[in-house]
Amino acid sequence: MSDFSSEGYMNMELLRFTTAGSVDDGKSTLIGRLLYDSKQIFEDQLEAIEKRSQQRGFEHVDLSLLTDGLKAEREQGITIDVAYRYFATPKRKFIIADTPGHIQYTRNMVTGASTANAALILVDARKGILEQTIRHSFIASLLQIPHLIICVNKMDLVDYSEEAFNKVVVEYRSLSTKLDIKDVHFLPISALKGDNVVEKSTNMSWYQGTTLMYLLENLHIGSDENHIDCRFPVQYVIRPQQTEYHDFRGYAGRISSGIYKPGDKVKILPSGEIAEIKTIELFGEQISEAYAPMSVTMTLDRDVDISRGDMIVRENNAPSMEQEFDIMICWMNTNNLQVGGKYAIRHTVKDARCVIKDIRYKIDINSMHRNEADKEIAMNDIARINVKTTVPLYFDAYRKNRHTGSIILIDEATNETVAAGMIV
Amino acid sequence: MIKYHLNHLRELEAEAIYVIRETAAQFERPAMLFSGGKDSIVMTHLARKAFYPARIPFPLLHVDTGHNFPETLVFRDKMVEEIGARLEVRYVQDSIDKGRAREEKGPNASRNVLQTVTLLDALEELKVDAAMGGARRDEEKARAKERFFSHRDEFGQWDPKNQRPELWMLLNGKKHMGEHFRVFPLSNWTEMDVWMYIQLEKIAIPEIYFSHEREIILRDGVLLANSEFIMKKESDLIETRVVRFRTIGDMTCTGAVESPASTLSEIIDEIAASRVTERGTRHDDKRSETAMEDRKKAGYF
Repeated sequence: MSDFSSEGYMNMELLRFTTAGSVDDGKSTLIGRLLYDSKQIFEDQLEAIEKRSQQRGFEHVDLSLLTDGLKAEREQGITIDVAYRYFATPKRKFIIADTPGHIQYTRNMVTGASTANAALILVDARKGILEQTIRHSFIASLLQIPHLIICVNKMDLVDYSEEAFNKVVVEYRSLSTKLDIKDVHFLPISALKGDNVVEKSTNMSWYQGTTLMYLLENLHIGSDENHIDCRFPVQYVIRPQQTEYHDFRGYAGRISSGIYKPGDKVKILPSGEIAEIKTIELFGEQISEAYAPMSVTMTLDRDVDISRGDMIVRENNAPSMEQEFDIMICWMNTNNLQVGGKYAIRHTVKDARCVIKDIRYKIDINSMHRNEADKEIAMNDIARINVKTTVPLYFDAYRKNRHTGSIILIDEATNETVAAGMIV
Repeated sequence: MIKYHLNHLRELEAEAIYVIRETAAQFERPAMLFSGGKDSIVMTHLARKAFYPARIPFPLLHVDTGHNFPETLVFRDKMVEEIGARLEVRYVQDSIDKGRAREEKGPNASRNVLQTVTLLDALEELKVDAAMGGARRDEEKARAKERFFSHRDEFGQWDPKNQRPELWMLLNGKKHMGEHFRVFPLSNWTEMDVWMYIQLEKIAIPEIYFSHEREIILRDGVLLANSEFIMKKESDLIETRVVRFRTIGDMTCTGAVESPASTLSEIIDEIAASRVTERGTRHDDKRSETAMEDRKKAGYF
């Protein structure tokens, strides 16, 4: 890589995306292709997959083997869990959350989607929109992934036909009117042959758009964070035991949203006390403006009682402070949701307990139909529920703020994370 | 809005600091594993940043195989003194002497696997409920499936098929008595990120990462540092070469690369041009295709 420059590397942005597809639609091949064509595959990795391709009697190097992880996965030829992949171009560093497409692994898709800026959804050009495509798109919209990229794959198998591509686009558009998606892109590609992945295809002169790599490098992610509503959950109170810092009280945490400056008047939740920010710092370095997703330490101009789980906000822009609210959940455990059951609930860095008061409806993930009669919430089900917490939480609607609008439910007997929740 | 956008290194830094603070807040007796390698040095640096001006509120734990590079130990002791950290060292030799672990024999013998015994014993003795490690997901295919907070049962084992889902940055560290967590703050970093960050933050690292002259054993394409810890084979070639190390582990299994890179920016240029992953120089991973996965399940990092 002769075009490598340290300076450029320092100014790169981070883009997190998730990939979803059905079985056999070429997802692993596409990721392998992105890594391979962007020269992220190293000789020892390539040698290893060449060897395995030969062992399996393949004629070509199977790029999908690059993303195989665990023994059981290689044996069964499937992906069990979310796997993270990394690659970089001179413009951006990418983190791929590679999630399996089989029906029983919806929970992994939700996991991958929860931190993503973009979702890549693969559609087989021959098969068109499948139930799984709808399910993946619905999850992307539910998790409010800002950008959706529909890759119409295997164009080589439909003679690179514009008609086949347009058919998928029209079909998808009609279904996506029911979804809450902000930004959708369509691309005709062949992951196997490399058309429009990194290199522009010479087989589809009718296509005027960009390649997938260009799109990933240039998606506008600057407004994916909320810079308006100031929310700073206090994660840890720093009280040095050294004499020279005897009076130091630092409130450490990661900014969820908004922009903070020294001198700002702030309000502490839940006490409601007002203070002024004295300094914002990290490792002794003073920060003039702090914003999401920075980790910082704040000091205030007066002594206030603040502990972990409290939130520092602006005086006239406070989140909701409620004990009873509705959540859209994705259930992730083999034990079903219990109405009337008590669970631990985690919101930002705050722990509380809650009781499930009601199941409002369950969503049929394939038709997106709401079913108010079905109260059986099992693994991979999506439902709207009502909960009551032991203490008030300071939250925003998930649509407005992914950081202060998300929760997880934890089974108090097994300690397992049983649900992902988005506050309505 | 570009003004309010963090570059990727600062975003990774913010994420790692968040994970370290969360570990300190959620667990009673966390510890940070320190090997003297660059990843654990970067992690220690991030821990200092996370709690400054207070000292790091947990001990560093070094599982000493007895086969360390002497330079690593010198570096470790100097660093610990400078930052005022608490250091706990536990020795693989003690586990062997107590009969808890059995030394491997032959030319390829390594204490790499034995470390797991000493590590698990140390975690139990010190009642550590969360052990932070510098492992990265880009290193190895089994590590690509790790969580930030990785649950271990009472035997210290990892069950990759039954991991807790990790959503947003809501980390669930709840556990039963006797269980513990492994925590990986650098999960999303790549080798290049680590080097760039060392340069950006001017972090000191052991001398052996830089080019130097050394007597090496050339074996199966790997350049091992010649030392009393390695039993020689007839086919071994012993030569003096100009080398440096891309990773630092045990002297018995850490391969050197021939390199003239003597500054950080030269190292970074070299890595950018490199066509082999850093674990390509690790003898311990070449034992089998699932070497890492098998060791991890048993309690290794």
